[in-house]
Amino acid sequence: MDFISILSIFVLACFVGYYVVWSVTPALHTPLMAVTNAISSVIIVGGLIAAAEAGSDVAKWLGLAAVVLASVNIFGGFAVTERMLAMYKKKDK
Amino acid sequence: MMSFLAPAADAAAHGGGTPAWAMLAYLIAGVFFILALRGLSSPATSRAGNRNGMIGMAIAVITTLVTHDIANIVEIGIAIFLGGIIGVTIARKIAMTAMPELVAGFHSLVGLAAVLVGWAAYLNPGAFGLLTGDGSIGAVSKIEMGLGIAIGAITFSGSVIAFAKLSGKMSGSPIMLPGRHVINLGVLGAIIVLTALFALAGPGDTMPLIVAVTVLAFVIGFLLIIPIGGADMPVVVSMLNSYSGWAAAAMGFTLGNTAMIITGALVGSSGAILSYIMCRAMNRSFISVIAGGFGADDSGGGKGEPREQRPYKQGSAADAAYMLEQAERVIIIPGYGMAVAQAQHALREMADVLEAKGVEVKYAIHPVAGRMPGHMNVLLAEASVEYDKVFELEDINSEFAQADVAFIIGANDVVNPAAKTDKSSPIYGMPVFDVDKAKQVFFIKRSMGGVGYAGVDNDVFYMDQTMMLLSDAKKMVEEIVKAMD
Repeated sequence: MDFISILSIFVLACFVGYYVVWSVTPALHTPLMAVTNAISSVIIVGGLIAAAEAGSDVAKWLGLAAVVLASVNIFGGFAVTERMLAMYKKKDK
Repeated sequence: MMSFLAPAADAAAHGGGTPAWAMLAYLIAGVFFILALRGLSSPATSRAGNRNGMIGMAIAVITTLVTHDIANIVEIGIAIFLGGIIGVTIARKIAMTAMPELVAGFHSLVGLAAVLVGWAAYLNPGAFGLLTGDGSIGAVSKIEMGLGIAIGAITFSGSVIAFAKLSGKMSGSPIMLPGRHVINLGVLGAIIVLTALFALAGPGDTMPLIVAVTVLAFVIGFLLIIPIGGADMPVVVSMLNSYSGWAAAAMGFTLGNTAMIITGALVGSSGAILSYIMCRAMNRSFISVIAGGFGADDSGGGKGEPREQRPYKQGSAADAAYMLEQAERVIIIPGYGMAVAQAQHALREMADVLEAKGVEVKYAIHPVAGRMPGHMNVLLAEASVEYDKVFELEDINSEFAQADVAFIIGANDVVNPAAKTDKSSPIYGMPVFDVDKAKQVFFIKRSMGGVGYAGVDNDVFYMDQTMMLLSDAKKMVEEIVKAMD
């Protein structure tokens, strides 16, 4: 993809982010931080490419290390968010 | 020199042309991430939102694996499994009071992962499709790479300091280096100049430049966070959240990956908005938080002026219990002190007893109650307080005039009327609860000596309708519950 297409996606996504995040209820700001943490670990994609491709052994090991770190975040982030969200209950009397 | 680290040219055959279906899949993953945040607009839809996040992540990971060599699939599987086990174990065990340091710790991992991916892309550009016609990395790619590594490194070292401060492994008081603003600006300037030189340098000269960018970025992350005091940590955690997003976005630019760009933009905006909300709730400008120094212990005579002894009323648990039972409307204002005393479960029990007697109980949450945005809501949810009884500052502040009792537990600065009236007060301008409008105010506090984060006296202590309940928060609430039976 050329730079301008990528930049277009980025700028539009910033606006989407702005409006979506303002619509998040303040009561869920801590789960919001936990889940944004988990999804920002989509950077695992870069680690996977480096780990999977031939060409440089050093890059492969850096990639694998990145995959471990990002996996801690992905599994930990989603799991702790799930745990928090399960605690939010409405009055059912 | 360092030929073993040199990008291998034979990798040029790989990468580059990502198939159209894969690009579509990354876009779909990005849409799922948007839906994940959208779900958080209400607790009812939030869990479905979280599932959408997981689906998006699975799509991104599987797409990547399918479209690349899977020669190292065993190692990759082990890496994911190892990380997954560690992540899930931490997520299960962590106490809800420790959420801020957990989030800070997780941010540091994203930052470090970004640095590693940036370096991997530098060392094996062919795998990422970054090679231009003459077998070198393009200048634009190098700028994106340099920025990604720099932001990732700042996120990492900044988050490590934030983690150490929040978990008490390091003193929360600011560490002020002489001339730190000059040093910080100098280092930031150097990072920008070196990144530009890195982009323009010939293939043989780039290694020392990217090493320098990486090292300086680690240093600046450290320098930026050490002067920031404990009270400002909610802003710092939000700010680092934002950085981790921008790091992912920069890497997305390098790889031309839409899932990473969309996510980076979402997370970056999210952290920026949360920082703004926190600053507004403390009436502090973002710049003054970054400049640091708030909550310093060594500020000299300023705060040491002798406080005049003013008369106040002290009550017992039995008095409080009697008056609570007579009330029709009670508003509870919990602060971080409540969580420190682990009084939230006892508090819920007290509210249950009152509700059984027909008293209406509501909870009022200030945005800075707790150590990170929304922290107090999670702590109350953990104590099984239903979320429809919990209200934000602007939604409940008008109700104090009709409240019979304002019950303050572990909070202080957020009810201080000096924020509204005293221009010389350090918390002047901060939005506060109008507890003085309630018929009765009960103030649970360990002793009359301690003051809030801001270190200022509170007129609420001395009002006619205020009864001070001087004790450990948990013990006092338990005694009130006992006295009501």
